[in-house]
Amino acid sequence: MNLLSNLINGISLGSVYAIIALGYTMVYGIAKMLNFAHGDVIMVGAYICFCAMSYLNLPPVAGVLMAMVVCTLLGIVIERLAYKPLRQATSLAVLITAIGVSYFLQNIALLIWKSDPKVFTSVVEGWGGLTLFGGELRITAVTLVTVLANIVIMVCLTLFTSKTKKGKAMRAVSEDKGAAQLMGINVNSTISLTFAIGSGLAAIAGVLLCSAYPTLMPTTGSMPGIKAFTAAVLGGIGSIPGAMLGGILLGVIEIFGKAYISTQLSDAIVFAVLIIVLLIKPTGLLGKKISEKV
Amino acid sequence: MSKMVPYPSDSIIPERDLDKTPVLEARHLGIDFGGLTAVDDFNLIVGRTEIAGLIGPNGAGKTTVFNLLTKVYQPTRGTILLNGKETSRMNTVQVNKAGIARTFQNIRLFSNLSVEDNVKIGLHNAMRQSMVTGVLRLPGYFKSERVAHERALELLSIFDMQDLANHQAGSLPYGAQRRLEIVRALATNPSLLLLDEPAAGMNPSETAELMENIRKIRDTFQIAVMLIEHDMNLVMGICEGIAVLNYGRIIAKGTPQEIQSNPQVIEAYLGKQKDKEAGQ
Amino acid sequence: MKKLSKTTRDNLITYAIVIVAFAIMQTLSVTGHVSNSLAGQLVPICVYICMAISLNLTVGILGELSLGHAGFMSVGAFTGVIVAMSFSGLPGWLRLVLAIVIGGILAAVAGVIVGVPVLRLRGDYLAIVTLAFGEIIKNLLNNIYVGVDGHGLHFSMKDTASLGMDGGTVLINGPMGAPGIQKLSTFVAGFILVLIVLTVTLNLIRSRSGRAIMAIRDNRIAAESVGINITKYKLMAFVTSAALAGMAGALYALNYSSILPKKFDFNTSILVLVFVVLGGMGNIRGSIIAATVLTILPEALRFLNDYRMLIYAVVLILVMLVTNNPTLKAGWEQIKERLAFWRKPAPAGAEGGGSNE
Repeated sequence: MNLLSNLINGISLGSVYAIIALGYTMVYGIAKMLNFAHGDVIMVGAYICFCAMSYLNLPPVAGVLMAMVVCTLLGIVIERLAYKPLRQATSLAVLITAIGVSYFLQNIALLIWKSDPKVFTSVVEGWGGLTLFGGELRITAVTLVTVLANIVIMVCLTLFTSKTKKGKAMRAVSEDKGAAQLMGINVNSTISLTFAIGSGLAAIAGVLLCSAYPTLMPTTGSMPGIKAFTAAVLGGIGSIPGAMLGGILLGVIEIFGKAYISTQLSDAIVFAVLIIVLLIKPTGLLGKKISEKV
Repeated sequence: MSKMVPYPSDSIIPERDLDKTPVLEARHLGIDFGGLTAVDDFNLIVGRTEIAGLIGPNGAGKTTVFNLLTKVYQPTRGTILLNGKETSRMNTVQVNKAGIARTFQNIRLFSNLSVEDNVKIGLHNAMRQSMVTGVLRLPGYFKSERVAHERALELLSIFDMQDLANHQAGSLPYGAQRRLEIVRALATNPSLLLLDEPAAGMNPSETAELMENIRKIRDTFQIAVMLIEHDMNLVMGICEGIAVLNYGRIIAKGTPQEIQSNPQVIEAYLGKQKDKEAGQ
Repeated sequence: MKKLSKTTRDNLITYAIVIVAFAIMQTLSVTGHVSNSLAGQLVPICVYICMAISLNLTVGILGELSLGHAGFMSVGAFTGVIVAMSFSGLPGWLRLVLAIVIGGILAAVAGVIVGVPVLRLRGDYLAIVTLAFGEIIKNLLNNIYVGVDGHGLHFSMKDTASLGMDGGTVLINGPMGAPGIQKLSTFVAGFILVLIVLTVTLNLIRSRSGRAIMAIRDNRIAAESVGINITKYKLMAFVTSAALAGMAGALYALNYSSILPKKFDFNTSILVLVFVVLGGMGNIRGSIIAATVLTILPEALRFLNDYRMLIYAVVLILVMLVTNNPTLKAGWEQIKERLAFWRKPAPAGAEGGGSNE
């Protein structure tokens, strides 16, 4: 029973990672950049939802929606102001800019919300969750909602990229920007759309993360951001199912590592798994093989 | 899959090399890329001081053959003997040390470094200088650098490029970049020099000069040269033996005269060549 | 001076800048003209210069992005603390030298352990794995306990109690870091270390091994085709870089009374990477200047209080946008050409005369 409960917790944490990893992987796929500011968008999302619920006394659903709207806009603005002018620059220049954006978001948050941790009220508070096997297995509401949200997002994204015109344009741009442009696809608006979706998802992830782990600080997004990035690479960066798989695996490994090996070394275990996977499959579990033409 | 071709009935080694071990012997060489056979049953012998040509329409697999010989790809089938030595266990670096140097169709220079440094990198394995000698600037450093510097200038002077030694390689004009690649390859002291479209992008007078220089290189260094080229004047002008590749297989081998009058070649290759020209 | 090549001249200018800057600072500080806050920055500036130069070796010269450089720094730092505290009978300067040397060696060992698997990967995958290794090293250091008593050194991965010590002192206390360090680092020591790191790097670049490393950066396939052992030279650059970072780490740790493993996290790796990128990839002098300016700047901006890091972020973004703006870049190239024209009135035929030695 303990095993099952750990597994469920792992999947729940992994679902949060997966939702964040989707943002990383979509942006990487389309703009070929490591968007290190993505983790901080999560934090902003969580703060917005917190403010909406605590200061404006809005219902949780409205808080989540508000967070999504703000983060989506934030994603578009960041892309427009900071990344778009660097389309032709080296990937390292873009990486440093992304880090600059990350510092910027953290410090803005520090100015607005101060460094003292806020206690986040779960968006599904008041609902007890499930109790199975005569009380031996408890699944919290947050866990259920997180896993459910993950599934819904996954299905929607898959349908979006395979069925809709915009989604197909997105895939085309990530495959070959030049060719996509020649086919009449508006590359700039497609990239904007990708950032918008990724950031909107980050808001959801932020709310879910803070519902499960209710301490909210300006640096809350950093570590989950790095972990989710790891998850995206583990699954094969650029691949949407890869992000999902990588996220869930990472969550399960982290919880299992904490439960059965060592609480202190759980991060080391997570990163060690990433390294081992990459040594066996250098482009991640579901990543495409890259070959260089001579 | 491969037919056994009796050895060495198919060799076109020039007279003077007949009594020596050939520099290169490829037997039944082949490679598949995920079910697609790119090169198959490739048999070729290159004499010690021969200038050999490898021609064929675009996509025939010529560069793939070079990549097999230099172990950029490991062959799926067949063997390669280099100076009589089996190379199946070697990688690119070992093949180079064993005597094959090459140039690339799409130029691959160390473009941020100077022309001289490019040649010195070619001299890498000829230089005796450890990391410690280099970092601590022991006496051996200055000696080996001086020797390498002189050798680099000497090699550059083959193409009259010694005055460009301090220029950045990437800033050279196209033709000079191609020549620098040849110099860099020569610096590794090869017994077989593979040139992948050395005349691409050159004008007729540059090409004529290149032909002279290839001959000069063969005569001075007493090495074999094998080249891939679309410029028929160059190929027919300097190659002693020519192999024609089509769809990954050799369809004809012989002297320039034999190749020019071979009906199969005219049909498969020269016909295509005209189409290609018309298409451009 | 006429016979000097451009690179030799460039290198001499770099050495001159470092030496003159040291002479000025040292004179000012001896005569008491340096403010307390700046005096406290002198050793860290030297440390970050060494870090930036060493990371530039990996990122600019070898051409592989590393996001875990602080990991090697921390190995050197904690090794340095253990060494310096274990030899408490020796004179201070000797303990510092031993700490730096052994810190460098241990960081080099870590470099080999990390480098062998990592360097097989390419591009962004390599970057993420260096990040992962950096986090692993930090995580492990958070769980290491070291103590010294009459019987020698004691190690544990659990807690201080399981060290089984007979009196003595706890040198490293897990997440609490190294609590009681004796400050041994001085500005002079920092300056000497900068000179050593600078000399090693510049000499390496202009040697047979350095050319092989840069050949791999410029074109891996061509480097292989001329017989360069890719793994060997990648590892050489990576391990040298790690060793130099370890030495800087030891100097850093022995400048404070206590240090925490948390200090050497992803943010520190990024901080050093920013120095390298702003100073220019492969540009050693640029790294030195960027490290100095960007270490002093946040201190100098202290009066801005809470807005300090915000402004730092904005400046960082703006600098990246401006330096990568195609129009401005073209303009800068034009200015440089003008300058070159003024310096050399007859460009045709004047090139290529200089010898390399």
